[in-house]
Amino acid sequence: MTKARPHFSRKLLAIPYAVFLAIFVIAPLLIIVYYAFTDADGGFTFKNIATFFSGSGSDSFFASAQFKTILQSLFISFMSTLLCLLISYPVAYIIANCKLKNKTWLLMLFIVPTWVNFVLRINALKELLEWIGIYNKSNGWNLFNTILGMVYDFLPFMILPIYTTIIKIDKSYLEAARDLGASGAKSFVKITLPLSKAGIMSGVSMVFLPSMTNYVVSNYMTFNHTKIIGSFIDECFKNDLWNMGSVTALLLLTLMFLMTWATGGFNAQEDANRRGTSLW
Amino acid sequence: MDKNKTKIIELIDVCKDFDGVSVVENMNLYVRKGEFITLLGPSGCGKTTTLRMIAGFEMPTGGKILLNGQDISTLPPNKRPVNTVFQKYALFPHLNVFENVAFGLKLQRIEKTYTDKKGKTKTKLEKLPDDVIAEKVKNALEIVDLTGFEKRSVSTLSGGQQQRIAIARAIVNEPEILLLDEPLGALDLKMRKEMQLELKAMHKRLGITFIYVTHDQEEALTMSDTIVVMSDGSIQQIGTPEMIYNEPKNTFVADFIGESNIFSGVMAKDFEVRFCGKAFVCLDKDFEPNEPVDVVVRPEDVKITSPADGQLKGKVTSVIFKGIHYQILVQCGRYEIEIQSTSAPNVGDTVGLTVQPDGIHVMKKKFRVNKFSGVITKRNTVEFGDGEFECDVTQLYPGSRLDEEGYLITAKGEKLDLTDTEVNVEVGLHDITMSDNEDEGGAQGHIISLIYKSEYYRYIVRTENEEDYVLACEDLWNENDRVSLIIPKDKIKLTLKVAEGKKV
Repeated sequence: MTKARPHFSRKLLAIPYAVFLAIFVIAPLLIIVYYAFTDADGGFTFKNIATFFSGSGSDSFFASAQFKTILQSLFISFMSTLLCLLISYPVAYIIANCKLKNKTWLLMLFIVPTWVNFVLRINALKELLEWIGIYNKSNGWNLFNTILGMVYDFLPFMILPIYTTIIKIDKSYLEAARDLGASGAKSFVKITLPLSKAGIMSGVSMVFLPSMTNYVVSNYMTFNHTKIIGSFIDECFKNDLWNMGSVTALLLLTLMFLMTWATGGFNAQEDANRRGTSLW
Repeated sequence: MDKNKTKIIELIDVCKDFDGVSVVENMNLYVRKGEFITLLGPSGCGKTTTLRMIAGFEMPTGGKILLNGQDISTLPPNKRPVNTVFQKYALFPHLNVFENVAFGLKLQRIEKTYTDKKGKTKTKLEKLPDDVIAEKVKNALEIVDLTGFEKRSVSTLSGGQQQRIAIARAIVNEPEILLLDEPLGALDLKMRKEMQLELKAMHKRLGITFIYVTHDQEEALTMSDTIVVMSDGSIQQIGTPEMIYNEPKNTFVADFIGESNIFSGVMAKDFEVRFCGKAFVCLDKDFEPNEPVDVVVRPEDVKITSPADGQLKGKVTSVIFKGIHYQILVQCGRYEIEIQSTSAPNVGDTVGLTVQPDGIHVMKKKFRVNKFSGVITKRNTVEFGDGEFECDVTQLYPGSRLDEEGYLITAKGEKLDLTDTEVNVEVGLHDITMSDNEDEGGAQGHIISLIYKSEYYRYIVRTENEEDYVLACEDLWNENDRVSLIIPKDKIKLTLKVAEGKKV
């Protein structure tokens, strides 16, 4: 009689990942939630949220520092994303459509810089701005410099997904459009642009959301003068305001979740279907 | 063919090179209005490229394309009154059926003349009104039998339905010419047969000129008014399906269209051709006495008789049931003959075979000998056809010999240096052998074509610089095999291009 071997299920392979997720994703989230809804003595409370939205002293919330930070953050993110998109789309389009055999090398020119430590790169950019003479001059310049830093840092994350979707567009769609009477420009607007929408969306979420929190860029580029949500959270924790910091982080998380949902970021599968990958 | 109808499209000396590789060579072709014409050939023969040049996706590197007498060679595709049905349909995945079909209509602008307030007549371009577009789309969907599919997403359609939408999207624009690039290639056999008949009916009903590209000979025979058989970038034969099948112009056409037995024969005299070691009465004349010819006999034209009554006698080696008929192979000496018959003998039987005069098609041999231009090298070898071969240079001057230093001493005692002498080279089809050892032969290339000729295969081997060698070999090699070509020294026939060599 053969000895029954212990049954090895493939599901067991998932255990390390489950443990990892539990320790590094779920537990920290729960800790944040805990601090967000407790006061200094550990008692359950909604006071933190109320404090966040109440403003300080006699000022209303809309005059408070955190509201200004949120507005400024949104503005910086929006502008950075827009600029990234305006720069990336033509770049991705040109690389995807160039007749060179080794396009990857061209693409690498934009990607390799991300392999250099980003604090180092931001520092270098800061030195450059200082040399030009626009570093830490005024609030306007600070805003500009922050956006510049964000664009510089996040550009490859916009180029890559757009490039990937454009390169996948079947050339016969464009030929069909031309054949049916569309000019080159028309077929770009009617075919290439809508078919690369998925790439644009994923690029936008790769740039917009991190730009809200990447306070390393804003701190370096403005000598700590320009505040974004990320820097606000950072300061809360540095000043032992754990409850306030947690509630802000939680609110930001909710905001990001809502935005991803609103822009259809969760419908990746459906998008793939519509883009024709499952057509044949 | 209706001779009175006008030529709608005309290709004059059209050539197309891709990076120096010639794909279409000096193509001359015209299509009459309302005709269903098929470009037929194996893959890589240039048929799709030809179609793409008519559509405007490729610009010819030479020659002209005329549409109704006007040169459209350099016009972009959106300016041509031509629509295409693509091989993989190319339906826009982000648009639904209605939007796909209406795509061309929405881009159409019609000229409208009107009188403005000052009383001047002006013309402006206007979009088609939405209700007109909706009506036209509805009609087009009706033609392809997909009424009510407007709102469907194209990804939910089956292959056959997508195919129909692709056709609707093209015909809704009422083009002068509809181009179809292997449109049925992705469908299963039954669906394909149905669509063939439907397309033919559609062609009749719409009256649009159809230019159809396919590699499927049966499809071409079923659907076309005219077939253009293409091979290797040039036209082999143009004709009605009957003409192409019954009177193939050369062995390529005979081999490509239908099944055929191809023999090498000799035209003994008018109305008599010898092949398989026997003389046969045929319907052809006006050949040179004893001219070598190719003889094509369709398998259904060979009749099995008793051994005594047959013109040929042989042993049945194989019988395969094919549904409507049997495919029978009979070995007559060195020759293998294929026969199609509704009754089958047993394998091993000795049978007689007869062929009626109208079943024998005699055609001039295209390749009787390989001819090249060559140059003698320092080592007294000869360079030609993208290779270098050893040869006997003394044949250039009768009675001459070589001295120890490699100079040629003529019969008169003159000393000649043959280096760089230009010569004509001739090599017989049977004098070239192939090897898969790269270094063994003088030139290397790929097999681009093979035709079975009952006792041997005829191969065409193409080198990198597009030099072709034609050779006969009994062994079976595959298309695209890379081979090295061996020619024995004494089989290379040399003649001088210019009368005299350099004197030393």
